Amino acid sequence: MLVWETWSLAFKPPLQLRLLVHQLFLIGVNSISVVLVSGLFTGMVLSTQGYHQLKQISAEGTLGQFVCVSVVRELGPMVTAFVLAGRIGASITAELGTMKVTEQIDALEVMATNPVKYLVVPRFLACAIMLPILTLFAIVFGIVGGYLAAIILFDMNGIFFLHLAQASLFINTIIISIVKASAFGMAIASIGCYKGFTISSTGGAEGVGKSTTGSAVTSLITILALDAVLNHLLYTVWGLQ
Amino acid sequence: MIWIENLWKNFDNKEVLTGLELYIPRGETLIVMGRSGCGKSVLLKLITGLMQPDHGQIWIDGVDITTLTRKALNRTRQKLGMLFQSAALFDSLTVGENVGFMVSQHMGLSKREIDDIVAEKLHLVDLDNTQHLRPAELSGGMRKRVGLARAIACNPEMILYDEPTTGLDPITALEINRLIRDLHQKLQVTSVVVTHDMDSAFSVGTRMAMMHQGKVIAHGTPDEMWKIDNPVLQRFISDENHHRN
Repeated sequence: MLVWETWSLAFKPPLQLRLLVHQLFLIGVNSISVVLVSGLFTGMVLSTQGYHQLKQISAEGTLGQFVCVSVVRELGPMVTAFVLAGRIGASITAELGTMKVTEQIDALEVMATNPVKYLVVPRFLACAIMLPILTLFAIVFGIVGGYLAAIILFDMNGIFFLHLAQASLFINTIIISIVKASAFGMAIASIGCYKGFTISSTGGAEGVGKSTTGSAVTSLITILALDAVLNHLLYTVWGLQ
Repeated sequence: MIWIENLWKNFDNKEVLTGLELYIPRGETLIVMGRSGCGKSVLLKLITGLMQPDHGQIWIDGVDITTLTRKALNRTRQKLGMLFQSAALFDSLTVGENVGFMVSQHMGLSKREIDDIVAEKLHLVDLDNTQHLRPAELSGGMRKRVGLARAIACNPEMILYDEPTTGLDPITALEINRLIRDLHQKLQVTSVVVTHDMDSAFSVGTRMAMMHQGKVIAHGTPDEMWKIDNPVLQRFISDENHHRN
């Protein structure tokens, strides 16, 4: 119901652009450093693990392709979504939950302002827009991390690594990654808002704490489940590569 | 004018309102009193449309709000202002933004016009030049006054007060009572004040209603309330006075 109402109000005027920009800033700018560091280390770990596995079948030369495909298709969107589920999803629940128990959401209603339009829509749109952008940064830093690990730890030819990485990149792959990231963003915002809105007004601080934890856990599980469903739909049913 | 007809509300099989009837003429300040848990705050939530009754009608200026769509209800809500028990100020906004919130959302005015309205309403509650402060920087009494300024920002025809003096020291409570009386005189609004603070009740009310077991059991002017021969009412009034003395 909440997601349906959010969709139906998302593009109805007034658009509350000021609130959207504020949320884009909170979600994007404040999360970028964590996303970049996570992306960098994910690429390094992937390169280290991948090198040893590929070496067993004498295919360590294809490490660039391995890192690039893994980061673009899976780990970029997934790591970004995990970081934002913990950071933004939980924060949305805590903020809205506190507003609920302190009657601020009731006050919005009494002042003839739809709380879904005012509170949920900007967060939903900001997550849907910002997740793909942050994912692109995570992908770039993931490949850089993999590249650095390959040339520093395994003395590989950097140009060859990048050449293979570039050869494995297709526009479809990037679009799929963006679509997945956007879906993860919508899921994180929807769960965060839903958990915040459904706290009992008498739940107090304990209720806010429980819902915040619940929001992070539910978001993580939903991201994994959504990833499985989207992978099946995009790669198996629709045959995209 | 607010007219409530045969109002029923249950929570988990617990009957909170059981056929409540109430009429509040235009320009009156009605005090709704009663023991904790008797449904006073629920009544305010029903009048503002935050809850739906199980049965009954609530007429505001001739419109039954229990049958309205959200859009139509919001039009009626623009005639209302409400002071919440905890003031319910938006933490993320400044005092000025809180007071000007409804004006900026619904009246389509320029920033300068909104600022003028905010300054005027803050002056009415004796909080000049506090626009830049955050709610976290305010005392309990100041929060209530900002809540009051926010409630009157759009010049409502009706103001609802949920326990306006609860949790305040006696001097601040007197100050809030004075503000409610002043606003009533200056703005000529219809007010509903939910309270069990008898000083506040007799100080601001032009009419009073005593709630008990989900119904109004006594109704009249403050002077008449002392004379009504109802043991529950007389015990409530004398007990509350005794506690305060």
